[in-house]
Amino acid sequence: MQPDLMALYRLMLRSRLLEEAVSELWREGLISGEMHLGTGEEAIIAGVVDHLVPGDAMALDHRGTAPLLMRGVDPVLLVREFLGRPDGLCSGMGGHMHLFSKAHLAASSGIVGASGPAAVGFALAAVHLRPGTLAVAFFGEGATNQGMWLESLNLAAAWRLPVIFVCKDNGWAITTRSSAVTSGELTSRARSFGMPAQEVDGRDVLAVWHAAREAVERARAGAGPTFLHARCVHLEGHFLGYQLLRIVRHPVGEMPAIFAPLLRSAFARRGAPMRARLHSLRTIMGLTARTWQEQRNARHWDPLVHARPRLGLSAAQLRELEHEEARRVHTAIERAQEPAALQGDVA
Amino acid sequence: MRIASFAGAIEEALAQAMAEDARIVVLGEDVHALRRNLLARFGQARVRSTPISEGAFVGAAVAAAMAGLRPVVEVMLVDFVSVAMDALLNHAAKIAAFSGGTWHVPLVVRAACGGGYGDGGQHEQSLWGWLAHIPGLTVVVPSTPADAAGLMLSALRHSDTVIYLEHKLLADYWLDSMGSGGRKTVHYDVPAAGARGPAERVWKAVPIGEAIERRAGDDLTIVSVGVGVHRALEAASLLEQRGVAAGVLDLRTVAPLDVDGVCQAVAKTGRLLVVDEDYRSFGLSGELAAVVLEAGVSVQYARVCTDGTIPYARALEDQALPNVARIVAAAMGLLER
Repeated sequence: MQPDLMALYRLMLRSRLLEEAVSELWREGLISGEMHLGTGEEAIIAGVVDHLVPGDAMALDHRGTAPLLMRGVDPVLLVREFLGRPDGLCSGMGGHMHLFSKAHLAASSGIVGASGPAAVGFALAAVHLRPGTLAVAFFGEGATNQGMWLESLNLAAAWRLPVIFVCKDNGWAITTRSSAVTSGELTSRARSFGMPAQEVDGRDVLAVWHAAREAVERARAGAGPTFLHARCVHLEGHFLGYQLLRIVRHPVGEMPAIFAPLLRSAFARRGAPMRARLHSLRTIMGLTARTWQEQRNARHWDPLVHARPRLGLSAAQLRELEHEEARRVHTAIERAQEPAALQGDVA
Repeated sequence: MRIASFAGAIEEALAQAMAEDARIVVLGEDVHALRRNLLARFGQARVRSTPISEGAFVGAAVAAAMAGLRPVVEVMLVDFVSVAMDALLNHAAKIAAFSGGTWHVPLVVRAACGGGYGDGGQHEQSLWGWLAHIPGLTVVVPSTPADAAGLMLSALRHSDTVIYLEHKLLADYWLDSMGSGGRKTVHYDVPAAGARGPAERVWKAVPIGEAIERRAGDDLTIVSVGVGVHRALEAASLLEQRGVAAGVLDLRTVAPLDVDGVCQAVAKTGRLLVVDEDYRSFGLSGELAAVVLEAGVSVQYARVCTDGTIPYARALEDQALPNVARIVAAAMGLLER
């Protein structure tokens, strides 16, 4: 079996365009609370989800939009859910962090690390009820220090369950550099539980697809879990309105409110020696600099940019493809906002 | 008089205490960013960011407190305390008892709580009743900047574990981060008198376990905590227009409950209306009825609480959380009995 790059690209593009439209709705204030996008992790999601068949399960984190869309959930239902409508995917009860589709055996959680045990449970049920099916866990590297996540690796390996643990590693646990709070290497961590672990380029949908295929085959054959480790950049940071991105994008507007009290505090009487204080300031500045650098190199990390030249399409064909997907997304967004009384054609 | 924000008051109180007591350390997820001002002043040794490992770092904070530190451990949102519950339920709360009173756990667990900004049922819970249920835990929920600072000072001096909950509608940085994200297109019902208020030059401790009367009234007593106090005050103003004098008692501390304060207030009016953003059943609202009855005070009783999982949709959420209309209706119902 060979990957269909065009189909994978379409999935990624559709997801990107939908999430960009969602972020517009969020900016307009039509979506409340937080909004965690999956922009930047599309290659990881598409490369894995493309292998799933009916009966396979997905345990999702707080970035469930892309996996559900790519798994076939109607974008109209997703957007209606974000808008808090009674005709949304979860009747407006869940919102973007708590998306559930029983038909797809797909369940989200806003609790970091919770997709680990959930995938183990889905896989256990698969062994009993749906032999040959599997469960995928999507999570960030920030989740890999969570006790329940580590325990899940053990359980999946000890019971040889058909689980694929997929780590979308963007290097940040919100504003904390994961390297500063994580010991050892994640792949060797997974291997120490007795499962194969593979590094894969999270920008490269084909690389992810091939790595996932191997993991899927192992799982379906009853050979137990696999760990995939893919690096990526979240193009919109941890969530929309992420403070480090706001500082980088609007320094004049954002900096004074942050840096005036910071400097006042750094020079307040009584506290740590000046050397320690300067170290603190450097740490804080370093996070801002790092964010700035990532934004500057965003194209390098963008999975769509990575895939485009490999499609073998002309610039005009690429534009046409983009327009086609944009029209689909536009239609979905329009339909999602139709008055509830006027529709009746939605599943 | 100087005006302080709710969040600013907490930070000033913490800084004030940290400058005086080198045993106070702050640890938790993202504290280098959330507490960047404290980091800049007190350094990384005392403001330490953790991985997302609540079970480990809250558990570690318990033992660090036993061994002489005074940790302020942060789990971001109280919803996430569930991941660290063993450390609190089976350890922090029990060690003083197990050791025959010889070994204490002077720990402050700090978390944001509460809803009203459309973030869904895993990020908007109150849970103070759930935590207060456990013998050995003290739970404080301030509703004004002065109480936020004063209760933080008391928590930092307390001999045993204190859960310190700051409501996201009062603490502006939480609402900005989780609700607004820099947008001007969303509006949340922030109680002005809770988000900002008069400030002391040097903050004074507010005793744990003391309720305070926010409004006097002879017809009924509304007892609440946190943002509910402000909703109750708004309701009391509306009730006044209908000729009803409603008193409002702010508990400030959920555990230990100010039983005498509650009973005195309620005995005067003979009517108790509890406004509790936490879940209705098996929690603070029922406990208030129980302690009043146990004290032999005869009252008419009603409650406005959160029923069921908090919906994401704003319109549904507004109905699920105690709102002013529900409070007024419950008060009128109580008076008509």
